Amino acid sequence: MLDKADGQIFTGSVRLVHAVGMHARPAVKLTKLAKKFQAQISVRVAGAPEWINAKSVAKIMAMRAAHGSTIEIKASGSDAEAAVAALVDLVASDFPDGAG
Amino acid sequence: MQGGAAGLAYRGRTASIGFAHGPLVRVDAGAGGDRVAGTLVEEALALRKAIDLASGQIADLAASAGGEAAQILEFQVALLEDEDLIEAIFASIGEGRPADVAWRATLDEQIAAYNSAEDEYLQARSSDLADLRDRVIHILRGDAGEPLKIPTGGVVCADDLPPSRFLEIDWSGGGGLALLHGSPTSHVAMLARARGIPMVVQLGAIPDAGATALLDGEGATLELDPSAEQVRIFEKRRESHRKSRASARAILRRPTASWRGEHIKLLINIQRVDDLDHADAQYADGIGLMRTEFLLSGRSDLPDEETQFQAYDSVLRWAGQRPVTIRTFDAGGDKPVPGFTLDGEANPFLGVRGLRLCLARPEIFTVQLRALARAAVRGNLKVMFPMVTSADELEAGRKLFADVVQRLQADGIAAMLPELGIMVEVPAAALAIASFKASFFSIGSNDLAQYVLACDRSNGALAPLMDPLHPAVLELIARTAEHGRRAGISVSLCGDMAGDPRCLPALLNSGLRELSVNASALAQIKQTIDRLSSGGGVG
Repeated sequence: MLDKADGQIFTGSVRLVHAVGMHARPAVKLTKLAKKFQAQISVRVAGAPEWINAKSVAKIMAMRAAHGSTIEIKASGSDAEAAVAALVDLVASDFPDGAG
Repeated sequence: MQGGAAGLAYRGRTASIGFAHGPLVRVDAGAGGDRVAGTLVEEALALRKAIDLASGQIADLAASAGGEAAQILEFQVALLEDEDLIEAIFASIGEGRPADVAWRATLDEQIAAYNSAEDEYLQARSSDLADLRDRVIHILRGDAGEPLKIPTGGVVCADDLPPSRFLEIDWSGGGGLALLHGSPTSHVAMLARARGIPMVVQLGAIPDAGATALLDGEGATLELDPSAEQVRIFEKRRESHRKSRASARAILRRPTASWRGEHIKLLINIQRVDDLDHADAQYADGIGLMRTEFLLSGRSDLPDEETQFQAYDSVLRWAGQRPVTIRTFDAGGDKPVPGFTLDGEANPFLGVRGLRLCLARPEIFTVQLRALARAAVRGNLKVMFPMVTSADELEAGRKLFADVVQRLQADGIAAMLPELGIMVEVPAAALAIASFKASFFSIGSNDLAQYVLACDRSNGALAPLMDPLHPAVLELIARTAEHGRRAGISVSLCGDMAGDPRCLPALLNSGLRELSVNASALAQIKQTIDRLSSGGGVG
């Protein structure tokens, strides 16, 4: 088992299957879920120069992630591994109602 | 509007169908007074309190409204809880700016960014931000908590109306919403549709006069201070609309529409994949037109093959055995796409658009054709080209498509050439219809009428001339239908005419047996056909 010290970074990537891309409702669900974790979580559209705070709904919306794009997630902190897994699951399952 | 003898009549865009007859109520943004700024600490405290109060107000609204409205308001609450956004505003206050100035500057920045988006959905979100901005500003100025006083059944007229203000109005006694700007895809439009409140947007400039209003969400008209005759006609329309809604629901569930013993295929038009979520979509005989321009909007680059394939595949999976007609990119004209369409055309409607543009940009077109060729093996796919003028263009597109299929198959990827058809929207194509070796034809009546009548359809001043029932337009439709009948080639019509009950008798009489309409119009069209078949009027 790897050492889960705060310094360790966990990453994941997931395809955005939501038909209209990262619009208001998915963005709200994503940030709500991210805020449940202590970890610092950043996201970006694959290949974008800047990482974005996954807990900021304004920045997630500004990311303008389109349908079919790949979202990269990275997190550091005590619950980083769980945070990445939860966010990947949320996006992959197309933001089901009741999630987040 | 024609025939309006006395009152003033305006035409906009439908955002929610329904009718309202009542007092005209103007709602302004509310100027509000200036506020005197305090010390740094006082200002920071004032904003913190205003945010908390606003958050509470919105949560109350959401709780009482429930459902979709609550989800819409959740976005505003999430913004108030966005620490990155809020911290920047407090930092600005720390630099000496008054609370309201700092708040407004940051929100205006966000609003400007949304307004500059190409995606109509994102643009529409700017009114949510403006709603939030104004609520907090009102609280800071101490003039909050004044709910709008709207008389029962009133027609509310505003520049635009934010969702929270819509929810503050008591709509239980009816009423309607007439917006000078606004958008049919805005949150407030979604709320109006969910509540069954008629709403018309983009009415343009309306003089600051008028006491009584007739709002027709179906015809997208607003009539001010109507004459007795206007009121009589309006009430007749309202009554028949009310009756037809009830029986349309029942007719929709019948397996097929028929007219004088002939089966009429009723298909739906979709703009994007989630249009299939409409409750009535399941009753369609298939998809007569899937536009693909949504794939091009709201992104900085062009969509890759996989993104496109996923979108096409999801629609084919939804349709099962039913036919799905996908139209290749119809960019250009009034639909510019950065990195794709040409800039600086003097007359883009007569420029390099539709198939012309795709043939000029084979590196982009080929990606779409690859995705379509792969999707073709997954369901009952038909592909059509838009804006075709000559048979050579169809053949050039076919050759490109065939090459793509061959290359995919050579690489061991499942692919096939789907049935190929064309949109009939250029008068030359309609007149020389027999020269096209197409598997099917789909009449794009909006562009066809625009080109035949030489009227820009977005130019309101030409509205009286822009008559889709002009004999010249009907003649071209009839010729196309007649050719299809003789040659055994299916001909459908997918423009606004198909969804307009008033046009149906002419379309059926001209020989059309396939119509493609928006899912929201399906019930009404099916019912109108049923009524016409049994000898009744348009209703």
